[in-house]
Amino acid sequence: MNAPRTLLLVGGTSDIGRATALCYAQAGWRVLLAARRDDEARRNADDIAARTGADVAVLHLDILETSGFEALVDGLPQLPDTVVCVVGELGDQQRGQKDLAHATQILRTNFEGPALLLGVFAERFAARGSGTLVGVSSVAGDRGRGSNYLYGAAKAGFTAFLSGLRNRLAPAGLRVVTVKPGFVRTQMTAGMKLPPVLTAEAEEVGRAIFTAAEKGSSDVVYVRPVWRPVMMIIGSIPERIFKRLRL
Amino acid sequence: MTELSGWGRYPRHPSDVLSPPSPSAVPPLMTSHTGLVARGNGRAYGDAAIGEQVTLVTRRLDRIRAFDPSTGRIRVEAGLLLADLLDVMVPKGFFPPVVPGTKFVTVGGMIASDVHGKNHHRDGGFGDHVESLTLASPDGGIATCSSTENGDLFRATIGGMGLTGTILEATFRMRPVETGWMRQQTIVATDLDKALDALRASGEATYSVAWIDCLAKGRSLGRSLIFAAEHATRRDLEALQPAADAFPSARSGRLSVPLDLPAFALNRLSVGAFNEMYFRAGAMKAGYPFLVHWNPYFFPLDGIGDWNRIYGRRGFLQYQCVIPTAQAGPALSRILERIAQRGLASFLAVLKQMGPSQGDLSFPMEGFTLALDLPVSDAAFPLLDELDRTVVEAGGRLYLAKDARQSPATFEAGYSGLPRFRDLRRAIGATGRISSRLSARLGI
Repeated sequence: MNAPRTLLLVGGTSDIGRATALCYAQAGWRVLLAARRDDEARRNADDIAARTGADVAVLHLDILETSGFEALVDGLPQLPDTVVCVVGELGDQQRGQKDLAHATQILRTNFEGPALLLGVFAERFAARGSGTLVGVSSVAGDRGRGSNYLYGAAKAGFTAFLSGLRNRLAPAGLRVVTVKPGFVRTQMTAGMKLPPVLTAEAEEVGRAIFTAAEKGSSDVVYVRPVWRPVMMIIGSIPERIFKRLRL
Repeated sequence: MTELSGWGRYPRHPSDVLSPPSPSAVPPLMTSHTGLVARGNGRAYGDAAIGEQVTLVTRRLDRIRAFDPSTGRIRVEAGLLLADLLDVMVPKGFFPPVVPGTKFVTVGGMIASDVHGKNHHRDGGFGDHVESLTLASPDGGIATCSSTENGDLFRATIGGMGLTGTILEATFRMRPVETGWMRQQTIVATDLDKALDALRASGEATYSVAWIDCLAKGRSLGRSLIFAAEHATRRDLEALQPAADAFPSARSGRLSVPLDLPAFALNRLSVGAFNEMYFRAGAMKAGYPFLVHWNPYFFPLDGIGDWNRIYGRRGFLQYQCVIPTAQAGPALSRILERIAQRGLASFLAVLKQMGPSQGDLSFPMEGFTLALDLPVSDAAFPLLDELDRTVVEAGGRLYLAKDARQSPATFEAGYSGLPRFRDLRRAIGATGRISSRLSARLGI
């Protein structure tokens, strides 16, 4: 039997992170859960280990501590086979419009941190000649809207980064997958009124990530396929009309 | 503010709802709010899990923290759903030591109600299997409790309806099972005495329960089907259903009741027909053992999602009493007679044998327990008040997890551990701070 493969899940305390890691563990993978809050990551690690019998460990990682990324990656006991980054923070758009520190945090958490971290892994994977990178971006990055453009802009940047990375690494046989979950019922969206047809459960997103990264061949995945035409329509509205819509 | 109700959809009360994301988020809430109580999955029937002011929903505390397959010992957070635990553990060959009649309850709720199963006569309640638990106490601290550590708090918390604090985690042992099947045997009892005898005689069986036809009168009063069962062994499986998978999937198609049925659908005729059909179908299977999946054996009603809606918009009351063994025959037949006379139909009447329990407010006592449903109506309340008098005279009591309407006097007469429980609540500073609609109604 082959040695189990290893997943590094960045964002191990989020609902999507938990669900994704569980899918990998159920498929026999070893899991490393990276997160800022160690106790909360430990809860998820214990839970996944108890449910699956898999080997699950916790890694302390703050997505804003970008200067430590290279040392952190080089300090890993082994280079993972797949890295999935689900980190995201919706933030408070209105606060961010006035509070530059908050705006900076939204931009860095959703774009700078995830992009730089996956970038470090991309170098290592390219050197090794194998590896899969998965970034969870957002449909909010497909077109900026008045209600969440700080978050949307950061996600748009992340989407572009993943697209470029994919373009660069494809000839070497390395995969880069962009996942756009649409609305998801999680801690981040608790209390919001979400349209059921467009809203996925965290488990659904976890399965979609695992399937896309390890079984499928799609490069850009909308968890609920209905989002693809929805975003095409939103994307095709002329700017002179779009700018007047309250979105 | 959100309007909350229990599974019976009566009564309804407004409450603020908090949903802490992890156990460590709970202790600060215990001191920053007052008039609060924990709520699991909201399957208590009445007002037990509605805070006087604030309701603390524990559903996000749903992690399994440790499992040791060599001993079956498991440590879980209080908001873990029993359904989730079963999905994970049955395929590994482990079954919870005690399960109630629905799997859509949380572990914390199972402890707070000291739930009983069809094996209470042999194995006690769920609380009897809890080795230790952690509790967010009213002072904002975390207490670890077991029979040897903080024993008084432990015995008050088991069956304590969330009124000593918020349960955060619990450790207990799962029982090993060889298959996911039950070997069931059906016994027909043509009246109440025969049903009680059959339950006593089936005391050897790990699980037993009687379904009573509530509408049968006269000589047939209390006619029942008794379902006795064991976890099937691999040998049972080979003998009875050799081709079957040892651990069949639990995902059976769920039928759901999409809308509130109008109340007239539940009249005497329709329920009578249902009971007659049910009794005949069961009687046909009587006599020889057969295999049944654990899911329909333990949780027949869970197969019908939202079955509480069949009683219509006003909701329903579940009446569950326990009567000490010596008084059980006469008291239960009086109760069944009154129900049959009044024709206030009950879909469900379940009779079980019980053993003793340890919690100050635990429901079980040595005797027999009867549970039945009635749609809420103006006639239902006086009838139940009348039944209460029979229960009190017989030295019995009512199950708090089902209750929505008993009087403080009925409650006090039934629960001899109440003074001790009240003293402990005072001592730990829970009085007046941790309170549900139930505790306020009953003066706990």
